[in-house]
Parts: sequence; C-alpha cells; structure tokens
Amino acid sequence: MRINEHPILTFDRGKEISFTFNGQPMKGYEGETIAAALHAAGVKVLAKSAEKHRPRGFYCAIGNCASCQMVVDGEPNVRTCITLLKEGMKVETQEGKGRIV
Amino acid sequence: MFEKTGVATREMVMTKFPPIERINRGPVAVVECYQKIPCNPCQTACPVGAIAIGDDINNIPVRDEEKCGGCGVCVAKCPGLSIMIVDGSKSDETVEFRIPYEFLPLPEAGEMVTGLDRAGKPICRAKVIRVMNPAAFDRTPVITLEVAREYLYDFRNFKREV
Amino acid sequence: MKEVELLIIGSGPAGLCAAVSAAESGAKVLVLERTFKPGGQLIKQTHMFFGSESQYASHRGVDIAGILLDKVKEYGDRIEIMLNCTAVGFYEDNVVTVLRDEKEYFKIKAKSIICATGAYEKSLAFPNNDLPGIYGAGAVQTLMNVYGIRPGNRVLMVGAGNIGVIVSYQLMQAGIEVAAVLDAAPRIGAYLVHASKLARMGVPILTSHTVKEAIGTDCLEAAIVCEVDDKFRPIPGTEKRYDVDVMCISVGLSPLNELLAMRGVEMKYVGQLSGYVPMRTENCETSIPGIFVAGDASGIEEASSAMAEGYLAGLCAAASLGHVPEDFEQRRREYLKQLDGLRSGPVGDRIRAGMAISKL
Repeated sequence: MRINEHPILTFDRGKEISFTFNGQPMKGYEGETIAAALHAAGVKVLAKSAEKHRPRGFYCAIGNCASCQMVVDGEPNVRTCITLLKEGMKVETQEGKGRIV
Repeated sequence: MFEKTGVATREMVMTKFPPIERINRGPVAVVECYQKIPCNPCQTACPVGAIAIGDDINNIPVRDEEKCGGCGVCVAKCPGLSIMIVDGSKSDETVEFRIPYEFLPLPEAGEMVTGLDRAGKPICRAKVIRVMNPAAFDRTPVITLEVAREYLYDFRNFKREV
Repeated sequence: MKEVELLIIGSGPAGLCAAVSAAESGAKVLVLERTFKPGGQLIKQTHMFFGSESQYASHRGVDIAGILLDKVKEYGDRIEIMLNCTAVGFYEDNVVTVLRDEKEYFKIKAKSIICATGAYEKSLAFPNNDLPGIYGAGAVQTLMNVYGIRPGNRVLMVGAGNIGVIVSYQLMQAGIEVAAVLDAAPRIGAYLVHASKLARMGVPILTSHTVKEAIGTDCLEAAIVCEVDDKFRPIPGTEKRYDVDVMCISVGLSPLNELLAMRGVEMKYVGQLSGYVPMRTENCETSIPGIFVAGDASGIEEASSAMAEGYLAGLCAAASLGHVPEDFEQRRREYLKQLDGLRSGPVGDRIRAGMAISKL
C-alpha cells in the first residue's frame, strides 16, 4: 500500500518503528501518524460506533472529525490521524465512547 | 457539452489552432484555455510576449501566432496543463506534438505509444521523439511525439503500451 | 498564562502569510498549529496553483508551503510557531485556551487575534456512508501525498469541483485507478482545464449523478450510483454498480470558525461562502475591534485568495497594534487589488455576492 515512486514527490521515510495493534506486532515509520501506519498495513477499521457498533475508519485526516479515535497506550479518544506514531505504542480499536476514568 | 464532460468540442478546439499554413511553417503554441479563471502564468512565462491576458487576470489568454516561436516554455508552466506545441514543418505525413505528461514511468525516445483524444479514447499510434524533464520544468515533463497528420485536431494525450 | 502581542490561529496559507505580513511591520507573532506540521493543506497540494505571481502561481502548493516557511524563518525573532496546539476556547478577555499534545491545557492572552482556522470537508447522506473506505477527498490526499500511502486500489470520486477533479488526477499519479467522478449538479464545478486533464486520461465525469448507497460489511466494497433529474431526484432504473474499495467525498467545504462565534463576533449564514461566516470590514476585521479573520474561515475560496487575505489581515492587525509601516496604505491597496482580481471573473460571481452580504 506504500507509494515508492511518484512523479512529483519523494517520500523520505524516517526510521522503522515497532508498535502493536490489538496486541499484534506492526511496523510503521517515524514521522507518520498512527492512522497512516495502520492504513499502510491494511487496517481500515479503527473503532466501533457507540450505539450500533458499526465499523469506523478515519474521515478527515486533519484532526477535525472524531472518526479515527482509538485507545493509545490505554488512553481513549486519541485522534490517531494527527498523532504521530512512537516506538512501542500500544494501539487498540476503540469500542464506543472511551472510558476516561 | 464541454461543461458536462470536460471534453472540448471540435468547434472549440478549432478556435485555438492557428491556420494550417502557420503550423506547417514551424512550432507554435495551442493554448486550450476556454474558461475565464483568475490565472496568468502563461503570459508571465512567455519570453517573447506572445501570450496576452491583459490587466484583468480572468481574461482568456490570446496567443499571437506570429510572435510565438513554439519554444514551449509555457507548456510546463500552465497550471491547467492546457498548452501544447504543434509543429507541421517536419514532414508532409506527420505532425509533432509537445505535450505535458506528469506520470511515471516516463516513456523513452523511440517508443511507440497509443495516442488518445480529448476523451481519453485510443485513436492512433504515436512515436515518442523526445522526453524533456529539465529542472526548469519543475516536474512537468514535456514529451515530443510524432503523429499522423489526420489526427492533428484530435490527438491530445497518450498512454504507454507496456 | 502566556501573553502575546498578536496570536494567529492556524498555520495554513492564510495564517502563514498573515504572520509574515505582521512581522514585517514589526509585530511579535505567535502562531498556533493543531497538527505536528505547519502549512495547513498546502503540504498535500502537488498541483501548480492558479492566480498570479503575487500568489506564487505555477508553483506547486507543497513548495509554496516551503517558500512561506522560509519567509517565516527570516522573521525568526518575531514569529513563533507552536505545533500540536489546538485552540479550543476563545473568551471575552481575548484569552484563548489551548490543548497541547492532546494532554495539557494552557491559556494565551493576546492583544490582537487573527483567526485563520480554515475549513472542513462536508459529508454526504446516503445509506452506509459511514463505512471505512469512504473518506473525505482531502483526507485521501493527505494519506497519499503527505505519507505516501495508497488509500486503496479503485476509487469513486463524488464531487466534480476543483478538489474532486484535482484529487482524482493525483490518485492516478499515485498509480490508483479512478473508476469515475460524479456530481449531482448538471455542470462540472471545477475549473474546466482540471476536468479536461482528467477526461483525456479516460476518466468519465458523470454530471447529474449521485450515490444511492454504499455496500460493504466491515469496509466499502461497492457503490450504487444513479442519475438525478433537474430537481436532484434520483431517476429509478438508472442505477449502476461500481466495485470500488475507496469512495472520496468532495461535496464542498464549510468554514471552520466556531472560535469566532464563541468569542461573540457577529456571524451570518452566507450560502455563497458555504456556511456561517463572521461579518468583517474590507480589512478583514470582525465586529470586535482587534479580532481579524482570513482564509477559508471567512468563506470558502481558493488558496490564492487565502494568501492575499492573510497578507492583508496581518498588515491591518499589526497596524491596529501600532505597527504602521510607512507604505501601509500602498500595501493595503495592493492586497485589495489582488483580491479584486482573483474574485472579478465569472467564477468569482458567487464569492463577490457573498462578500457583499458579509461586509461590515
């Protein structure tokens, strides 16, 4: 899913980063967001809606809508489309409204 | 029709081409800009002042076919990629086109490609003569192609055959 | 609490130009950016911009971001950009509350404020429109042009405005198939040169078409589209199925300016500008003195206008703080002239009508 050759752009990916998604080991690159790294790995479903448990992916990718909110390192409602991936991050699908306390 | 499909009609296209005598004399720009939009880099880029927009940036560019020497600087500068160079001076059977092409992989000189019309429909085969991609073109390569004369007013794009 | 002279919310084309312009006059500027990268939506624009040299026409948006950030650096002692900072509140005493790194809150008090918060992509109502794989067209542009990741294999583009056709072209540059571009309107809304670029690649542009429903369980698998009549009602029997794993929604933008509404500036719904916008003077000042607006937050236009407005708002905000350069009036008139030019043609009809309604 990654673009390697592009007529206009060059993509200088940072160093490889290891993280987990629902316990599964995954790889991404420094400088990309959690949602981008997951999408590159083929993960499109990031959360389940509160009432009808429908699958949720990202929608705006600029931190504006709430569609990409996931549980990151135990913290719910993290906007994964604007949050950078970090080494060792624990990323989990968010089920409905996150429990804050 | 144009406003529904983005495909200019033959009548519209003909208004942008200079007379065939001019095309046969040597390269000249065909500026396929049909809509008044706020844009003027073609006028700014032309080194001989052959493209005029005037004080209102929304005016449709007018190319002076006598001043224009077909240098092609405008081709890579037009944000709408609406300009091409046509040259009918090389042979009686063919015309040369220079068109912008921002896709990878680029074709190579000598390669045969499929010629497309303004709706992307295959209409002929064409031979790649030259691929120009200097830094000054800022990642808008310009491809020179040799096309049979009968497609002068229809040819507008190409696709590689590999 | 942090105290600043001029606070600019947003580091897109309007915000960056405002910062440069104000700093040039001598103002001390703090710019807030909610993501980790300045430049707003410029950073994903790989196409050459329209306009004139004054708005960097013929340069690619992504490179314009670089040009503007270089200018910001020239005024490094007067411009600070704070990244990962989302402005979440704007109060009567000109205090703005900010969420940093999704974790901590802090306050900023400013003497003058320019709201350059941009816009957000509208959604479209149809069954299953919430399936993953259905994204804003701008979101797909971010994924592919900022991160170099393909959104999928085959795309249906909904909306034939400038964003819809430009993103379609860029999808093809990234090696992704575009099945079709559709729009409920009877005519293409985009600049027709953009539409022609796409048409000659063989991509069908279907006007008077809409999405009837999306199909899929966990993710998008197909879309059913149909024709609409001149009153935008679906025509039965015209349904077509497109097997696509991505659908891009590009049905327009809405100004993002809740902060100004919260502060209490006079707002008005102006359809021509695509939503609620603040009333403002020709100098971009809202109904509350010292509070300015620039770019899409004041009504949806092109990036070229956002930059010209940014320069104007920065100049005038700095002047309101006492930083009046000798050539103030000359520069003010120059920016107004640029804006007039960008809005004067037939594609600017709608904008001019909207500006007239929202003028103080």
